[in-house]
Amino acid sequence: MKRHLPVMILCTALVAGLAAPLATGASAPGFYMEVLFGGLAAGVLYSLVALGFVLIFKASGVFNFAQGSMVLFAALSVARMAEVMPLWLAAMLGVGVMVLLAILIERLVLRPLVNQEGVVLLMATLGVSYFLDGFGQSVWGSDIYEINLGLPKAPVMILGNLFKGGILINKDDVAAAVVALLLVTALALFFQKTATGRALRAVADDHQAAQSIGIPLNRIWVIVWSVAGIVAVVAGMVWGSKLGVQFSISQVALKALPVVILGGFTSIPGAILGGLIIGVGEKMAEIFLGPLMVRTFDLAGGGIENWFAYVLALLFLLVRPEGLFGERIIDRV
Amino acid sequence: MNPAAKSGLLAACVGTAATMILVTASAPVLAQAKEQFFPELVYRTGPYAPNGVPFANGYSDYLKLLDARDGGINGVKIAFEECETGYATDRGVECYERLKGKGTTGATVFQPLSTGITFALTPKAPRDKIPLITAGYGRADSVDGSVFTWNFPLGGTYWDAADILVQHVGKKEGGQAKLKGKKIALVYHDSPYGKEPIPLLQKRAAMLGFDLLLLPVTHPGVEQSATWLQIRQQRPDYVFLWGWGVMNSTAIKQAVATGYPLEQMYGVWWSGAEPDVLPAGQDAKNYNALVFLAPAGKGKVHEDIIKYVYDKGQGSGKKEDVGEVLYNRGMVSAMLATEGVRRAQQKYGKKPLTGEQVRWGLEHLSINEAAIKKLGFEGFMEPIHTSCADHEGAHSARIETWDGTKWNVTSGVYESDLSVIRPIIAESAAKYAAENKITARDCSEEK
Amino acid sequence: MFYRENGQFKSSYRQDEALLPILQDRIFMLALLAFAVVGVPFLASDYLFLSIINPFLIMALAALGLNLLVGYCGQISIGHAAFMSVGAYAAYNLMLRVPNLNFLVALVLAGLIAAAVGILFGMPSLRIKGLYLAVATLAAQFFIDWLFARVKWFTGYESSGSVSTPVLSLFGWPLDSPARKYLFLLAVVAVFTLLAKNLVRGHIGRAWMAIRDMDVAAEVIGIRPVYAKLTAFAVSSFYVGVAGALWGFVYLGSWEPLAFNITVSLNLLFMIIIGGMGSILGSFFGALFIVALPIVLDRVPAWLGAPLSTATASHLASMIFGALIVFFLIVEPHGLARLWAIGKEKLRLWPFPH
Repeated sequence: MKRHLPVMILCTALVAGLAAPLATGASAPGFYMEVLFGGLAAGVLYSLVALGFVLIFKASGVFNFAQGSMVLFAALSVARMAEVMPLWLAAMLGVGVMVLLAILIERLVLRPLVNQEGVVLLMATLGVSYFLDGFGQSVWGSDIYEINLGLPKAPVMILGNLFKGGILINKDDVAAAVVALLLVTALALFFQKTATGRALRAVADDHQAAQSIGIPLNRIWVIVWSVAGIVAVVAGMVWGSKLGVQFSISQVALKALPVVILGGFTSIPGAILGGLIIGVGEKMAEIFLGPLMVRTFDLAGGGIENWFAYVLALLFLLVRPEGLFGERIIDRV
Repeated sequence: MNPAAKSGLLAACVGTAATMILVTASAPVLAQAKEQFFPELVYRTGPYAPNGVPFANGYSDYLKLLDARDGGINGVKIAFEECETGYATDRGVECYERLKGKGTTGATVFQPLSTGITFALTPKAPRDKIPLITAGYGRADSVDGSVFTWNFPLGGTYWDAADILVQHVGKKEGGQAKLKGKKIALVYHDSPYGKEPIPLLQKRAAMLGFDLLLLPVTHPGVEQSATWLQIRQQRPDYVFLWGWGVMNSTAIKQAVATGYPLEQMYGVWWSGAEPDVLPAGQDAKNYNALVFLAPAGKGKVHEDIIKYVYDKGQGSGKKEDVGEVLYNRGMVSAMLATEGVRRAQQKYGKKPLTGEQVRWGLEHLSINEAAIKKLGFEGFMEPIHTSCADHEGAHSARIETWDGTKWNVTSGVYESDLSVIRPIIAESAAKYAAENKITARDCSEEK
Repeated sequence: MFYRENGQFKSSYRQDEALLPILQDRIFMLALLAFAVVGVPFLASDYLFLSIINPFLIMALAALGLNLLVGYCGQISIGHAAFMSVGAYAAYNLMLRVPNLNFLVALVLAGLIAAAVGILFGMPSLRIKGLYLAVATLAAQFFIDWLFARVKWFTGYESSGSVSTPVLSLFGWPLDSPARKYLFLLAVVAVFTLLAKNLVRGHIGRAWMAIRDMDVAAEVIGIRPVYAKLTAFAVSSFYVGVAGALWGFVYLGSWEPLAFNITVSLNLLFMIIIGGMGSILGSFFGALFIVALPIVLDRVPAWLGAPLSTATASHLASMIFGALIVFFLIVEPHGLARLWAIGKEKLRLWPFPH
């Protein structure tokens, strides 16, 4: 119980912080709900990237810094191919490209580095990330490209009778959430119901034991990187349709790091929940805490959402390094 | 890895190192013909590439045109070289150092296309005696040529831009006085560029009694949902957008997604090009932007560019992109530089000129309507007349509106209110002079 | 042939523990220093100083600082550019607010301030390590970026948020020409390198390496991890802070918070991976490589008559960085410095390897 105390305090503080604007009347309930939805919408995007991280970390113990670049690469591929063919075909081909990439990464990067320390693998994925950024942009170009999923952009008002002014939500945000939900369901089914999925889980639990009962590690890695690649295609398309496909996608994807810290490195539900918490937390902080800080300290503008996620993750690391749902495998010092 | 392979690797490293030393050491001594050298700081990669590319194409194409059509500037051939800055200040400084000594007479003039790089180069330019043209960007206080001898914010500054936007919305409300109690939000790129208009807007807010809401957006600007939630909460009467690159298109998309009426949204001239509105497509209809030098469209000079550059396969970009807003702006920027050289040639002769000589030319620019027509730029710019006291040369701008497929100019010409701007310029320039121990020139003695 | 150490006998511990125990190495080092002081200012053009040599020296110092932490103590950081910016802004504020302050004093004070901030953000390393620490240092990166962009006091209430520095002058000797800047940087870097070399050979350095190699064992033999890790963070941040102040004052002259963003942090990390982790010399190799490669890529094709477009060159640079990092991690984890050592070994036997 003692061990859980700091976590509970932190969580309580977080929840209290989230509810404070509502409780103190600093915000109208309608607007509060809008911020909440805005945060959830951002959170879904983070979750989609974090999902790729978690998959790879679970199966191969690699902290994949290149996940953001994979999202960019996938999105670029799909966007550029969609210019000359139907979107569904481009998406299928995009999946093919990512599988090919997974095979190459396994062959050229992971296999030679097997049994190396986590930090070395992290740096290797940094290298992969730089390479992919350069490669993607030289092959596909560095303009802004569009992915048009055919979603309506205009916002809709809901619950106009309940709250004054109604709540504004975007259909594409809802669509993104649905996509994320479908993806998670598909992944869950894949892990629970298929032989490959079970093999993946076995590898995640214990590499050596899995190998000793005849699960081919190398092939599993290819599969898991491919799955992460497919997740990247989905994430890339959702992000791309919302923000336009552009180099900066790979940078914003860094936010997935605090997400996985919060959710736990090995937990898929953790990635989803972590993403949502970070998304909601930073929007709430920006909108309700930001102006307060600007006034108090005479700052040149808010923008605390830039570091809020990282600092939150840092605090979490100090009290509960394994995250909300992770396994206690972390090396404590 | 076996030892033989390691020796191979070693040999490769030694070889590469030797080549690197050779190349970096020997490159500057290449033989050069007598040419006027124009360095180009561009960004064709990174988050700002969508805006940087058309600008760079326009700039290069105009220089190519002069060479192909006129054989250079009055017969003096033009050389130019691009250097990629990625809109990053330190890389811009590196490019500056790399290119400043090139060519027969060194770099003619630098145009960094980044306010951050302008800030970094401003103290360096006087030491190297190379002028900086920042046409429509850069330090607003550098209009004061007595302190900023080497800076030329030709054609407009952000203080003019902010002032004209305030005038425009004031007119829309039915008089400046009606702005009292209104709320204007400034959504700005969190860099020296985006922060530049703030002093003027604050002064205007104090004068006219409107509320100013400052909403910074962090580089590169794809994450704006919180910004727009704040706009939704505060419901400002007008939104001024001071964005660049991907931030612009994101802002417009977010405005649509938040349901903010685009007819109340005004971009500065760097937030009003095709790459900014196209991603939002039809939804971006009624979005407005300031336009100072070059709106979109084609004139005589474009025909020449197509004829002399593109038809010969020398074009920097795609033929159909000639005439885009940023393309035209790059072209005008190049023209201002070459006209500065032309003006200086009247005094120093028709030969490659040094930066110092070109500076004189830029300070005595006089491009009137007739000259604009002769250059083929009719309709793309206002006349510019510079002097020691006024390095800007023109203070006017118009408003353009996106109709879903193209930009249309929708207002008359506004002149910025110099009685408001001049005192802030003087104050800011004096502060800069004091901090950097610069003695202001006496403009009455300059001729 | 020339690089033989036979006949050189060490008759005391003092000799055995000398920095450069082999005579030829001593001669080489002295010759190199002499060349750097006397020869380079005459040979190099202003361009070479400003675009390669000076940034190389500063970045080498920063990479050295990061190497002390990552290479010697085994604590990863992807946020070291933040400590550079702490150094730069600390020096800026000291010079701005303290009248007649000597830049050298400001430099050391800036380093100390950076060290203090480094210790603060190094605290999590007492509880976590490896990947988790990477995220903690990222927090430092983003938080400090934000701090300098937003708190007006740090930038002297400049409305643009961009700060600029006047020409420095040391004891009446203005640092106005590239060659003078170079000599100043050379002196600073030489002193700090010597210091670092001795630091890692001494008590603290050995404690760091013990922690890096196996923290539990280190604790068992009586090394306090708290002390070792925090000193590593402090010393590392000090170096990087000094480098940041130099970068701002001597190289850029005027900068904004973006000048120290995460790209710089990653570049620093690349320098030590390519140059060689846990090697002082490697920091120099890595810095030279990262500073020079984009310029070479820009130059060589033009030289060969087939100029790359600027976009291609910059994408290519990014691809080469990425590929080389993976390559070095796989083939030679000790980087260029290890290749140098192999080269020396070979030279000892040359020309009769058997």
